[in-house]
Parts: sequence; C-alpha cells; structure tokens
Amino acid sequence: MSQAKVVIVGAGHAGGTAAALLRQYGHEGPIALIGDEPIAPYQRPPLSKAWLKGEADADSLALKPTEFYAEADIDFRPGATATAIDRAARTVTLSDGSVLPYDHLILATGARAIALPIEGKDLDGILFLRTAAHAEALKAAVGPGKKLAVVGGGYIGLEVAASGRALGADVVVLEREPRILARVACQALSDFFTGYHEKHGVTFELGASVTGFVGEAGKVTGVKLADGRTIACDAVVVGVGAHPNDELAKDAGLECARGVVVDLDARSVTDPAVFAIGDVAHRPMPIYDRMFRMESVPNALEQAKQAASAIAGRPRPAGECPWQWSDQFDLKLQIAGYAFDVDEILIRGDPATAKFAVFHLKGDLVQSVEAINAPPEFMMGKTLILGRKPVNKAKLADPSVSMKEVAA
Amino acid sequence: MAKITYIEHDGTEHAIDVKNGLSVMEGAVKNNIPGIDADCGGACACATCHVYVKDEWLEKTGVRSAMEESMLDFAEGVQDNSRLSCQIKVSDELDGLIVTMPESQH
Repeated sequence: MSQAKVVIVGAGHAGGTAAALLRQYGHEGPIALIGDEPIAPYQRPPLSKAWLKGEADADSLALKPTEFYAEADIDFRPGATATAIDRAARTVTLSDGSVLPYDHLILATGARAIALPIEGKDLDGILFLRTAAHAEALKAAVGPGKKLAVVGGGYIGLEVAASGRALGADVVVLEREPRILARVACQALSDFFTGYHEKHGVTFELGASVTGFVGEAGKVTGVKLADGRTIACDAVVVGVGAHPNDELAKDAGLECARGVVVDLDARSVTDPAVFAIGDVAHRPMPIYDRMFRMESVPNALEQAKQAASAIAGRPRPAGECPWQWSDQFDLKLQIAGYAFDVDEILIRGDPATAKFAVFHLKGDLVQSVEAINAPPEFMMGKTLILGRKPVNKAKLADPSVSMKEVAA
Repeated sequence: MAKITYIEHDGTEHAIDVKNGLSVMEGAVKNNIPGIDADCGGACACATCHVYVKDEWLEKTGVRSAMEESMLDFAEGVQDNSRLSCQIKVSDELDGLIVTMPESQH
C-alpha cells in the first residue's frame, strides 16, 4: 500500500469526505486536513433549513465525530490557512509558518459568499450564510416579530426566507431581476415559488436594486433601494452568489478559469500532483460536452471520490448526472442536470397541485429536470439525462403515463 | 443506544453502537462504513442510503413514508425489505438490528 503523503487544503464537505474516503479505500500514508474554520468538517445544507429551525444540532451536522480524525490517523488542523504552495518542492506553507510536504495535494478551498460593495455594508446585522458561524449569527437574528430582509432571490435566499417564516419572522425578499431564481430556473418555476412563498407570508420586491444599508448605532435598520424607498429590517441576509477560493492555486501557477481547471480524475491540468474538488473546481462534464464549476454537495462528494480513487489506485468512478436539492416549507425540490442549450421546456403535472416537474429539452434529449414533490420524475430524469437517450415527448408530457414507461 | 450490524455486499460485517436519535444511515456514515453513500445527508432526496432490513426487524423499523416509497421505487435492486436507512431512527428497540447493503447505491 502506498505511503504517499496527502495534504488536503480545505475541510468542508469535499475535503472532509476525501480524507475519509482515502482511509476507506485503504490509503495508508499520512493525510493532513487543513481547515480555516475552528470545527471539524460538517454539512452546510442544513444551516439554512433543519439547523436554523432548531431541528438539528452540531453533532448531527458533523460529517464525522471529532474523535474520528485521530482514530483514522488524519492530521486534522482546524483554524489553519494555507498561504502558499511550492509546486517544485511539493510543499504547502500554513499561516502558522509550518511547511507540509506532499506527494498529492488536494485543493478543496470552496467558495466564499459575495459581499455587496455598497454603503453601510459593514453594519452589524448584515449576514451571509456559508458557514456554521454565519448560521449562528442568523439564528440569533430571527424569531417572532423580527423583520428579516433577504437580498437575492436564489435558492439560499428562499430557504432562509422559508425557515425565517417558520421561526415567526417577517420576511421580505429583495431581488434585482424581475423574477426570483432568474439565473437558475425557468419562468414557470419562478412563478410557482413566488406564489408558494407569498402564501406563507413572504413579501417580494422584484426588480429591486439595493443601493445601500442604513443603520443606527452601528446596527442595520434598513435596506435602501434605487427607487428611493428604505425597507426597514432588524437583520439582512445577503445571498447573491459565491466566488471560488482559487487564489492559492492561481498564485502557484495552476490554470484557473473561475475555479481550478481539472480533468476527469479531478487532477489539475497543470500539475499531476495537484487535485481540486468541490466548489473550487472547474471540471469537465462529459454528458454536456463542456467544462464548468458547480456548487453542490453531490458535486463535492463525487469529486472527492474521483480524487481519492486516483490517489488510492482505484478505477475512476462511473460518470454521474449532477444533481442538487432544496427544501422550502413542505416542498422538496430535486434538480437533476443543468439546462444547457435548451430549446424546449415541458411541464409534467399541474403546478397548482405543488407536485410537478419541469423538463428542459434539447431536441428530444433531456438536459435537466426540476421536480417539485415528484421523486419519480427526478429519479427517472437522472437516468434519462445520464443515458443521453431520446425521449418520447408526448409520453413525457402526459402524467398518466408512468415515468418508468416514459423511460422504457 | 443500539448495536447495529452493517453487512457490506461482499459480506464484511461492521457491528457498531449507535446513539438513540441518530438514523441508521448516520450510524454508518459517522463510522466511515463503506456501502452507504447518503449524498443528501438524510433529506430523503437521493436514495443512496438503501439497505435491506433483516426480515425479523421489519416490523420494529416501521413503515416507509410516501416520499421514501417513491424514491425507493427507482433505486436499483429493490426488494420487499428495502429501506432508506436515513429514514430509520435508532432507539433501544433496535438493539441487535442487522442491515445488509446493495451492490451499489444509485
């Protein structure tokens, strides 16, 4: 068995999983896991949902119990940042000055929330949701009678809005585009989510350009809009996207394109000793014949498997259909694939029943599906997307024809 | 606390003490047992924590929810005793539970 030294920079879902998988796959060499947060790797998705609503605690969030890392002989270093990579010497330098040699380096540095560079941005009460520390601050800020303004009508914003309502807060979502989810979903889905959130008491300001924040005694009290209005609030959550933490890789001369460019093994195209996984990787996706960067847990897990397999000498995992999910109120949204090059959108089922699916087609190939409370459409959709098999559109559009028959 | 035996597809057994309140899936994942992927972390969104429950334990592990049923319907190698292990909560009642894993999780 290989005694190769592995250093993993970034202890999020991707980095933590890669470390555990390496041991599961029989890697016997030293593994160092460097994380800039004070705690061991944990799941981020519940931060906006179960955890925020008090239905999950820190233990259940943790990927592994704290003692796992020592037991598995993983040198986990919390609260540490990697400051430089010396690719010629194959070393990583940490913020505390220590220098770690590696045979394989895995970059799992993730992405950071984008801040709005506007007036009042540093006031207390302007929050993001990326880390457990962010979630703690948000939890303290929401509750009965509190007014929460969410900047950005994307999935994070909508999940926070739903959880905020569940906790009794007044919630207003401020979205720059004329509809929510404008970047990621079709009009029908935007309309559906807008209606569902409104029914649960969420207010929307669409086409609302945020120009600044106002405050008293250093604490935010309102959001200023371009039309001159100020929306009063006790706290703000900014959810306007994320930026990959690829500076360390760029400084080391690794090719980046809004993310570290990697191959099908998650290996840097510049240096075979370096891998990049999760939110920071710009990776090939053969079913779409293109490369892009994804921010999702399934992607983090898949790439952790790719890198760990390559290092441990296992066969490359079979190609996957990318997917993600979102829970809002009693809605389960499951998304398979990405809507590239779509020329037709087909809705199966009736949105009024809160149980339907939106299929995005390129000719007669399914490119992506958004399934609301519709697991069969999601599960078969994944199979259709991965299989690249032409679909009978008439059958697909008819909910009385089962998904098994559609895919047969 | 319940002792749960997880049997991999190749027959490898792992007997683990799992705390009450965790799910059978969490018991496996937190102990780094191979064969249960649990991509979604227990949100019943992915069907990658599929297990077979030994027949004598079927009653005590409860019945599938509609969502679980619907997800399982499309998993590979589904049998009458198939469950999504994220949907089985551990309690003293389940001390001695035995679950086996399918060949792969999809």
